[in-house]
Amino acid sequence: MQAFDIFSFHGGIHPPENKAQSLQLPLGRPGLPNELILPLGQHIGQSSRPLVKAGDKVLKGQTLAINNGFLSSFLHAPTSGTITAIEERLIAHPSGLSDLCVILQPDGLEEWQALEPLVDWQTKNRTDVLAYLSEMGIVGMGGAGFPTQVKLQGANKSPLTHFIINAAECEPYITADDMLIREKTLELILGIEVLQHLVNASQVVIGIEDNKPTAIKLLNDLLDERNSTIKVAVVPTKYPSGGEKQLIQLLTGKEVPSGQHPADIGILCQNVGTCVAVHDAVYLGKPLISRFTTLTGDALNAPQNVEVLLGTPVSHLLAYAESQDNRLHRLVMGGPMMGFTLDSPQVPVVKTSNCILAATKEELPPPAPEQACIRCGMCEQACPVSLLPQQLLWFSKSQEHEKAEHHNLFDCIECGACSYVCPSSIPLVQYYRHSKSSIREARESAVKADLAKQRFEARKARQDAEAAEKEAKRLARQKPAPTKDASKVAPKAAASAAPATNDEAKKLKVDLAIAKTKLKKLEKQLLSAQENEHVEEINNLQLQVTDQANQVKDLEAQMAKVAPAAPVAKPTPAAQDSASDELKKAKVDLALVGVKLKKAQKQLDETPDDADLKQKVADLQAQQQAAQAKLDQAGAATQVAAKSAPKPAANDELKKAKVDLALAGVKLKKAQKQLAEAPEDAELKQKVADLEALQKAAQTKLDQAQASDNVTAKPASGEAAANGDELKKLKIDAAIAKAAVKKVEKALKKAEELQAPELDTLRQQFKDAQQRASELEHALANPNAQPKTTVASKPTQNSVGTADEDKKRKVDLAIAKAGIKKAEKNLALLKEQGKSEADIQASEWPQKLLDAQQKLAQLETATPAAETASAKKTSTAAQAQPAAPTNADDDKKRKIDLAIAKAGIKKAEKNLALLKEQGKSDEAIQASEWPQKLLEAQQKLAQLESTEAPQSNPAKAKPSTIEASTSEPANDDAPQASLAEQIKQQKIAVALAKAQANKLAKKLGVEPDNAEQVQIEIAQLKDKQAQAEHLLEQLMKQQESQ
Amino acid sequence: MTTVLLAIGILVLLALVFGGILGYANVRFHVEGDPIVDQIDALLPQTQCGQCGHPGCRPYAEAISNGEAINHCPPGGQATIQALADLLDVEAIPLDGDHGTESAKRVAVIREDECIGCTKCIQACPVDAILGAAKQMHTVISDECTGCDLCVEPCPVDCIDMVEVGVNTKTWSWDKPQGVTSTSLNIIATDRQTEAAH
Repeated sequence: MQAFDIFSFHGGIHPPENKAQSLQLPLGRPGLPNELILPLGQHIGQSSRPLVKAGDKVLKGQTLAINNGFLSSFLHAPTSGTITAIEERLIAHPSGLSDLCVILQPDGLEEWQALEPLVDWQTKNRTDVLAYLSEMGIVGMGGAGFPTQVKLQGANKSPLTHFIINAAECEPYITADDMLIREKTLELILGIEVLQHLVNASQVVIGIEDNKPTAIKLLNDLLDERNSTIKVAVVPTKYPSGGEKQLIQLLTGKEVPSGQHPADIGILCQNVGTCVAVHDAVYLGKPLISRFTTLTGDALNAPQNVEVLLGTPVSHLLAYAESQDNRLHRLVMGGPMMGFTLDSPQVPVVKTSNCILAATKEELPPPAPEQACIRCGMCEQACPVSLLPQQLLWFSKSQEHEKAEHHNLFDCIECGACSYVCPSSIPLVQYYRHSKSSIREARESAVKADLAKQRFEARKARQDAEAAEKEAKRLARQKPAPTKDASKVAPKAAASAAPATNDEAKKLKVDLAIAKTKLKKLEKQLLSAQENEHVEEINNLQLQVTDQANQVKDLEAQMAKVAPAAPVAKPTPAAQDSASDELKKAKVDLALVGVKLKKAQKQLDETPDDADLKQKVADLQAQQQAAQAKLDQAGAATQVAAKSAPKPAANDELKKAKVDLALAGVKLKKAQKQLAEAPEDAELKQKVADLEALQKAAQTKLDQAQASDNVTAKPASGEAAANGDELKKLKIDAAIAKAAVKKVEKALKKAEELQAPELDTLRQQFKDAQQRASELEHALANPNAQPKTTVASKPTQNSVGTADEDKKRKVDLAIAKAGIKKAEKNLALLKEQGKSEADIQASEWPQKLLDAQQKLAQLETATPAAETASAKKTSTAAQAQPAAPTNADDDKKRKIDLAIAKAGIKKAEKNLALLKEQGKSDEAIQASEWPQKLLEAQQKLAQLESTEAPQSNPAKAKPSTIEASTSEPANDDAPQASLAEQIKQQKIAVALAKAQANKLAKKLGVEPDNAEQVQIEIAQLKDKQAQAEHLLEQLMKQQESQ
Repeated sequence: MTTVLLAIGILVLLALVFGGILGYANVRFHVEGDPIVDQIDALLPQTQCGQCGHPGCRPYAEAISNGEAINHCPPGGQATIQALADLLDVEAIPLDGDHGTESAKRVAVIREDECIGCTKCIQACPVDAILGAAKQMHTVISDECTGCDLCVEPCPVDCIDMVEVGVNTKTWSWDKPQGVTSTSLNIIATDRQTEAAH
């Protein structure tokens, strides 16, 4: 036997050994317990995956659970029996928590499954042997339970210098390894040889403390006998020399660097228990199903070492070792230094349980209360890892985890030496454990947060991409649309198909109308800007106006292109356009100069002596004259162009004349106003007179234009379409005339108030205007009759005429509605302004509202009649022309009506809600028009919906069937439709009654004062509801029977 | 006079030199973006729950860098507030109760036989932790679930529960010792103590 160099490690303590008690008796073999509890997680890493289920019969050594991933292990049946359950049981863990366990009820037969030892382990592939060890469920039995095959694999990274077998067993009380060496010396050596074969280390050393002389002697004798190269290194007794890193340091003098494993410096460490388990597996084919455990402590009458089946409950072992329950104070699994207290004796022995310590109160007194640290430094002296326990304590206490990590907290082996020596009884290790788990938790949550962030960002990126794709698709859809239209139009135009060109023409017309309105608006703005003398704005607006005018021109040109194909061709000469453009420009110039002039004049008024200003005014006047001349010229050109052009040109001229007139009127008004303010101003008077003259001239011009228009229009009046146009024109004229009358009236009033001198002229004007308005109205009445006569004679134009009429009616309807809206708005405004009811009644608005409503009602009654008439006409016309477009139009119309009705309902509801919010009483709400309106709208909606159902059907059907007869399908559907309508109405009535009842009930809750009244109302409503429901039922039955 | 001029000249020269160095450093070591936002974002728990009133953790990080209070993150709790306070060198304030209270970590669990497969929760999940398809049963990948709560509200059949993640033997951690308590001060018997006992 040769001596082995022994080194030393820093610190360490010498607690009382207490090892003798458990060595008095020979190795015991407790009998089978009633049940074995086999936790699925007896090792470090993932819990095993059970292969059996409750009720399975298993043989001794049969695999119960297999590894679940790399860092996991197998589990075998320690004896034969029945699996009664796989359930949560308390396990041997410091937390005292439960975990999933396989419960095995032994049958007492101890029936082994067929054992297949790995006899050819020396010739077998290394990987196969490791896999075999894994399947045998072998894990490190020293304390951590690290799966052995993983450790051996890790040891293969670099050539090993030392293979150390840990037999130190430094913790007090524990003698399991000592007993194991004594009992199974040969098995141990054979196991070591198997492992040495696998790892091929240059030196194999058994490290053993000098307090186990018997074991040392047995080992030496056997090794000498076998001429083995395995050395036995006896180390002095010192806690914790059994720690892996401490033993390595003792035997090799090398320190395992912080954060590394022994394998990184070419050293492998294995516990003696593991070596014996490896022997059993390889030589006997027995999986790891039992282990040596020390039963000790003063509470036991027969402390001893036992070979115990895994899963045996601690209580069974305590009974075997004759525990005195009255003396048992604390039950510890593991040693007194590193073990943990068991809350219950029901927990099972697992692969890593080397000791059960049943201590009395005297043996392991409760820890003394923690005192303040006195900075004695004894912990630092005791620490086997050369840490600074005091520093770590501060950092742990103040949760400064980062600093604690900087002080190598994770190198702490939790041996408890520092706590042991601490005079203030500070549970230092517990602080460190807490800090460690906090840091681990933080790291885990950081990893999780990172993952969550990644996933969140990935999701966001995906969503953005989807949105972008959608947008791109939408754009792609939008782009080809016009080209498609164009391509559609082109061939059709080539084929000179009238409907297509009609469509195109319609579209263009609409565009043109829009462009024109814009232009008009801009011109208006320009005018107002000129009046208000904003020079920059004027320039800006002027630009816009020219742009818009160009656009209009383009559209008109396009229109002209399309128009020849259209049935009603309207030649629009370009010359006139340019002429009118020029005219416009000239006018704008003139207006600008006028504005400037005015400004200058004003300044001049303020400072009459300023020669410069005078000069300027003169210049401007000259400019104005020039502009006027230009304007006249342009006007003449336009007139020439207009004359050469047929009717539309005349129309344009008319418009122009009207605009001139309006302009003149405005100017006149302004001048009059000024005059009213300063009646003595001769200049102003002169100006007013001038302007009046101008207005008159414009008026005559307008008259002329109208006359010429009439002349040009008359020849065309034979055509119905022209009739409609004229009608429109006349109406517009009438409206203008009326407006003029109103204006003059106003002016007259003002003049009367101010007692202005030109009262007479204004009166005259008023009379003129009135006369004109009446004339126009008269004229309007006449042509109204004309279409009717033409309608009768020409059936093909009939539909056009009726369509026009239809449109007219609709426009009227819309106007009436707008009127109602306005009246309502005004009423609401009045109410808001806090006017009393009487005031409101006295104002004209209620009357107006009533009028408008009546008109609307009239129109609405007229509309269906007209619609039916037009429908009839179209159906007769359908014999000559395809009816599909009209039908489609009808459909559209209906839909629009439907939408309007729905919107009406919504509005009514909104208003009701608003009224309620404003705190109006129920009566007031009932008295207001809204509930009534809501009801009406709902009824209308019902009507519309019922009419739509049957009518949309034929529209959807093939045109050919419609050609055959439009009315037939409608007739077939008619009774059903009416029934459906009725049902719908009843349903609505029921729903309405319900809703109202609900509302009232709610009200009841809010206003208990009116309770009785409200309740009566509710009862009434419920009656109503019941009635409606009854009717509904009847109707439904009727429908079913049909 | 010359000394004064000399001093001024040297100072001007130095100013120019250092100005040049600073200018160069500004260009050479220019940092794109706002590094403080990244640092704040790293401290936030990334549950993406929106309880702070921002659509995700990063927007809140940006808001904090723009001066918003640091106590609007209930999932992060006091620990996050402390970390933010340390980072931004401001005072650690208690969690703002308006945004919720700190609660134990929870994960969403779908009661699968009640799920109608509407996919609404899938659309709501900020970290794509819910698996499923239209009219197919959905389930939560509990490892990926941040416990943000956002899937609970849209569920039309209320089949999502927020279940507290209990500790198991793998996630269990040691308690912190009580420390020096008042009772431990009385370990040495004094005259006063005996007087009090009488």
